[in-house]
Amino acid sequence: MTLDTPTLSAIAAMAVVTYLTRIAGLFVADRLVLTGRAKAAFDAIPPAVLVSVIAPTALTTGWAEAIAAAITAVAAFRLPLLATIAVGVASVVVLRNLI
Amino acid sequence: MTMDQSAPYFPTYRREIRAGLRDIAPVAVAAVPIGLLFGAVASAKGLSMLEVAMMSAFVYAGGAQFAVIEAWAYPVPIAALTFATLLINARHVLMGASLGPKMELTGIQRFIAFFFLTDEAWALSERRAMERPVTGAYWIAMALVLWANWTLSTTLGAVLGSFMGDPARIGADFAFTALFIGLVAGFGHSRVTLVTVGVSAAVAALVHHSIGAPWHVVSGALAGIAAAYLAAPEEART
Repeated sequence: MTLDTPTLSAIAAMAVVTYLTRIAGLFVADRLVLTGRAKAAFDAIPPAVLVSVIAPTALTTGWAEAIAAAITAVAAFRLPLLATIAVGVASVVVLRNLI
Repeated sequence: MTMDQSAPYFPTYRREIRAGLRDIAPVAVAAVPIGLLFGAVASAKGLSMLEVAMMSAFVYAGGAQFAVIEAWAYPVPIAALTFATLLINARHVLMGASLGPKMELTGIQRFIAFFFLTDEAWALSERRAMERPVTGAYWIAMALVLWANWTLSTTLGAVLGSFMGDPARIGADFAFTALFIGLVAGFGHSRVTLVTVGVSAAVAALVHHSIGAPWHVVSGALAGIAAAYLAAPEEART
């Protein structure tokens, strides 16, 4: 079992900046009173962030992933979350074998 | 961490905890193969089991951990890895600003609770906040399950390492993507949301292709937010 000092330093630095990003929003939230377009922009944060994280995998990896992502999206409006994930994983396996 | 002290009846706790467990269960299940994958990749890069466990427990940010492990080298490029972490996790600032006021927590409780802020717990809480306030009991039930699940599954992945074989073979690498698609669908399909999703996806994919990770997250998110601003009617509701 090894603990390497530079590795520990990197982990500590990562932990500190990550925690700071997590609490930083609490300092600005109380001063944000939003209406109209500004509110629409703020409400768009959740889907915008989630989509941006997965877009490269879903869209630019290959046809199997892109089609599986489309199938998953259709399933997502009809099925509970776990079933949606199952559909996504199953379709990517099938498509990778076909394509 | 104390639970929501303002809740007058004990059964409220129990109901909130149950709701939290019910909501987080599918997410935790989906995270297991991802955690195993992370642990296996990290140990292949030279991290020990204990180092993997510590990173998952203290950093606790899957997206940043994957990006950092991808770029891991010896000697460890501490500054570059820390900056990549900051970039990928910058989204937490917006997420916290949005969710913070919707939670029934006092000041100090928030600072403890938000250590556990993740995309998944946040997305579920935002969805719940559309109907009712997010209680401390609901949050901490989700948070502890997801945190323990991530720490254990990544550590186990580091142990199993090479025994796992190729995760792509069983489609485990796609679980994260499918999970996020499911979470996005939870935000509905209003015109503004569809515009946001389309613009974010296009910009993130383009930036990832032309510039590379981790820049696609920040740029895709900002583009989608700007698109929502422009697509929304100037006055009215969203």
